[in-house]
Amino acid sequence: MLLSHILVGVLRTMLLVDRPILLQGHERSLTQIKFNSEGDLLFSCSKDHIINVWFSHNGERLGTYDGHNGTVWTIDADSQSRFLVSGSADNELRLWNVSDGKCLYVWEFPTAVKRVAFSDDDERVVCITEQRMGHQCVIRVFKLNRDGDGTTQPEHMFSPIGSKATVCAFTYTPNLIITGHESGKIALFDVVTGTEVLNNERAHMDVVTDLQLSADRSYFVTSSKDKTARIHDTKTLRVLKTFATETPLNSAALAPNKPYVLVGGGQEAMQVTTTSLRQGKFETRFWHKVFEEEVGRVKGHFGPINTIAVHPTGTSYASGGEDGFIRVHHFDESYFRVKPYGDLQLED
Amino acid sequence: MASLNGTSHNSIDDELDFSDIEAKYRVDFDDGFDSIIVVDGVPVIDRSKLDKLLAKISKEFSRKGAVIKQDDIFVPWDDNAGKSKGFIFVDLGNPDAAAFAAGAMNGHPFDAKHTFRINRFTDVERYASIDETYVEPAVEEYRPKEHLRAWLADSQGRDQYVTYRGDDVEIHWHGKPSQCEIAYAKKNWTELYASWSPLGTYFATLFRQGVRLWGGPSWEPQHRFAHPLVKLIDFSPCENYIVTWSHDPISVPANLPQGPEFFSPEDEGNNIAVWEIKSGHLLRTFPTTAYENEDPAMKKQMQWPALKWSSDDKFVARVTPGQHISVYELPTMGLHDKKSLKIEGVVDFEWCPHGEKDKEDAEKPVKAEKGVKKRENMLAYWTPEVANQPARVTLINFPSRTVLRQKNLFNVTECKLHWQNQGDFLCVKVDRHTKTKKSIFCNLEIFRVREKDYPVEVVELKDTVTDFSWEPKGERFAIVSSNDPNLGNPGPGITIKTDISFYQLDRTKNDFKLLRTLTSRTSNTIRWSPRGRHVVLATVGSSTKSELEFWDLDFNTEERREGQNVKEEWGSGIQQLGSADHYGVTDVEWDPSGRYLATSASAWRHTLENGYAIWDFRGQELEKHILDRFKQFIWRPRPRSLLTKEQQRQVRKNLREYSRAFDEEDAAEESNVSAELIAHRKRLLDEWNAWRARCKRDIAEEKRSRGQKLNGEHHEEEKEEIEEWIDEVIEQIEEEVVE
Repeated sequence: MLLSHILVGVLRTMLLVDRPILLQGHERSLTQIKFNSEGDLLFSCSKDHIINVWFSHNGERLGTYDGHNGTVWTIDADSQSRFLVSGSADNELRLWNVSDGKCLYVWEFPTAVKRVAFSDDDERVVCITEQRMGHQCVIRVFKLNRDGDGTTQPEHMFSPIGSKATVCAFTYTPNLIITGHESGKIALFDVVTGTEVLNNERAHMDVVTDLQLSADRSYFVTSSKDKTARIHDTKTLRVLKTFATETPLNSAALAPNKPYVLVGGGQEAMQVTTTSLRQGKFETRFWHKVFEEEVGRVKGHFGPINTIAVHPTGTSYASGGEDGFIRVHHFDESYFRVKPYGDLQLED
Repeated sequence: MASLNGTSHNSIDDELDFSDIEAKYRVDFDDGFDSIIVVDGVPVIDRSKLDKLLAKISKEFSRKGAVIKQDDIFVPWDDNAGKSKGFIFVDLGNPDAAAFAAGAMNGHPFDAKHTFRINRFTDVERYASIDETYVEPAVEEYRPKEHLRAWLADSQGRDQYVTYRGDDVEIHWHGKPSQCEIAYAKKNWTELYASWSPLGTYFATLFRQGVRLWGGPSWEPQHRFAHPLVKLIDFSPCENYIVTWSHDPISVPANLPQGPEFFSPEDEGNNIAVWEIKSGHLLRTFPTTAYENEDPAMKKQMQWPALKWSSDDKFVARVTPGQHISVYELPTMGLHDKKSLKIEGVVDFEWCPHGEKDKEDAEKPVKAEKGVKKRENMLAYWTPEVANQPARVTLINFPSRTVLRQKNLFNVTECKLHWQNQGDFLCVKVDRHTKTKKSIFCNLEIFRVREKDYPVEVVELKDTVTDFSWEPKGERFAIVSSNDPNLGNPGPGITIKTDISFYQLDRTKNDFKLLRTLTSRTSNTIRWSPRGRHVVLATVGSSTKSELEFWDLDFNTEERREGQNVKEEWGSGIQQLGSADHYGVTDVEWDPSGRYLATSASAWRHTLENGYAIWDFRGQELEKHILDRFKQFIWRPRPRSLLTKEQQRQVRKNLREYSRAFDEEDAAEESNVSAELIAHRKRLLDEWNAWRARCKRDIAEEKRSRGQKLNGEHHEEEKEEIEEWIDEVIEQIEEEVVE
């Protein structure tokens, strides 16, 4: 006689994770989030000194990049997801190996690093350092040694005259970068000569808070504290479209494959405690990028939205807030099916 | 001189006119004849009497104060006749003396036959040389004035409203969505706030210098009233007069222009001014009512309007608390009957409004005089309990000053007088206290003014009533009552719980009966539609709640017919049509037609989400604008309809036909609008696509020049299907299998 124990497990399969996914890996407000070029990874950095990387489809945290000793203001990953650069308030620019989290190189500057961006060929990195303590705002361009670490000396460096730069990105033309400035100016700089090739002084009326390029880098969207987001032509810097809201904006992103612009913002962080939730307008708002009409809003954050990123294939988007949360929203099927303006032949 | 004919002050912005200054400082060359007067009517004499005559004349002149010597007199002589010519010249030394002498001695009886007629020498010269040919005065070119009520003739039947935001004042048309547009906009049109006159004819704006009225389709300035630092204004109900108030007492500096439109020295120190609108004349000024007893408790806020108008503009009255009500007659602004209504302890009063019927009666020719007795003006006032006297509400007729009805009240803390807008009912909201004076409850004393002997009925309530409102042209009223313990000590974040109750006159029993009570609300404001039937309950001024509830009180009946008993269950017609929310709402206002409701959040109260919204009567949002620094929203009022009752009935009868026409119009317009929108979008789309094509060419060129591969190797993304299986153990069963 044998006494056997049979274990009967009742299994249930869940096909979907709860959505939207709330990523709770930061203790302080988010400063920037970025998808990698495939969109499977989501990088996030925050005022709590940590950089996190997540699986974008289920919100699982893959790992962290530890080392910074101050608010991490900005991150960017190259198109092969090999390298990650991050800029921080500890005056350091770091180069990381994406896959194992190792810090490959550290550049030190006199002031904090506010913005970094890769060029489209992954060869170069541009960074903006803060204007502070007698030091000017400096834009530096580094050439990466892709076999190991970066070069020690900046390839080019220059200081923009006038209002300091807050955001920057490479254009499709080599050696040409776009910058957004504190005064609301948008400018094109030749990094070799350090000269301002073109500018639009009146692109915005207040600080430019974010700048994101279209896939082919021929146009870009900016957000500003002047409560508007705008689409500009990279070549001429002409303002093509304006999206006016009621609150200062912190971020604007372009949705690939759909003619939408996503904008987010809210009352200033310091005023948040004195305003109610509904007053703050902490919503991600979707605008039709050609018709300049608002098409929808997504609520969720209970603080201002600091940064928005859209999945490169346009299937989901993520927003990072002053409240310390990242919310990853996967568009449901109706988003792709619905054609609110009928059948439009719209070039992306 | 600057012309005084009323055009000069309108052209303040025009070129400066220096002609008055030039005239003032023009150097007069002295021809020396100014001091000479010509005296006619002097007796004709011969030489012998000359000395005597001259002595007499100089004496007569000197007696009247114009001292002359005999040497100053020149007597022209007719040498042929040897006699004087009967007139003389007198040199008085200077022009002032000459002017005085001319005034004093003109018409002076010298003796029984002779009377002096005096002219200035220069005048004789001037009038003698007058051109005898008649020159027709140039007829001033007639400039037709714009019609001040032109907006009523709008072909689309739209209403207007004004918004004031930052420094911008805008007048909008409000109609169907496609017809909404800005009628007029002006920066810095006002320095304080804007206001409409009660019938919508004028638009008033306030400046440091005074009030200006504007009107007509092009918003020309119409009138102005120079009251420096004016803060408050109030129109009379028929728009004949305007009252202004400034905190600063009137002062009249020496160089102030004079005239009927300006303050004169006797107005100094006063704060309130009454003006006639059509002429622009100042009628009278008053000091702000001083509270005689300097009791600090009595020193509450000044009441505004300080002067209350009877609804026919015939009288205006002000109360001196505790003493009397002074009624002034218009247009003289004299105290009626030269005495005030002395009422010991009087606190407040209200004129009875005139209903539409009254106004029609008043307009009827006098022939009906013996049949229908015209209703006199009526006013109600109340006095508090003093010594052993009970508190009392009194209804009197004016100008006959006969007491119509009195009602004694006990344990009264406060009374408020609410007239129904047709003057049919008067409700006195009496806040009463218990004997211990610890708690306050409320009685409503309702006077039925149209009935014989003015019957009074009491509605007793247990709670405090915070708001009371009659249905316009109706027999219903709504109250907000509350027994919230927080009532009376408002604090941040405290929203008071309230109950809303509707009452209606029960025609069979002739008393007011409760229709329905809505409990546990937060609403604190009642806004009846100006046409009655619809009512909006709003929570205003709260930082957490901002609800709007839209109610219909005659949901079941097609049309409420006056005087007809509706055979249906009491209060069954009350139905909520919708609810809405306007965060931070501070003002709720119906448009004059009762079709739309406007809510606004004014920056004067708070700075959160300022702006305005317009709703239809069912609570559907039509438009909403969030505008920072938004201050004011006011609908333009409409005057009374010119259609007679019969015509109105006719319109109502043919409503179906009219509505068919309107429906067709709507449909046509809708397709029009959507076609326009589609075309607009198409254009945007084409522009965008053309630009994108150019961009693509540019990039391709750029890449080619760099020797790069064109984006041919758009590496086909191998889509990786990630299937995620999550196992979750829901239950574990352990079984023992015995073999």
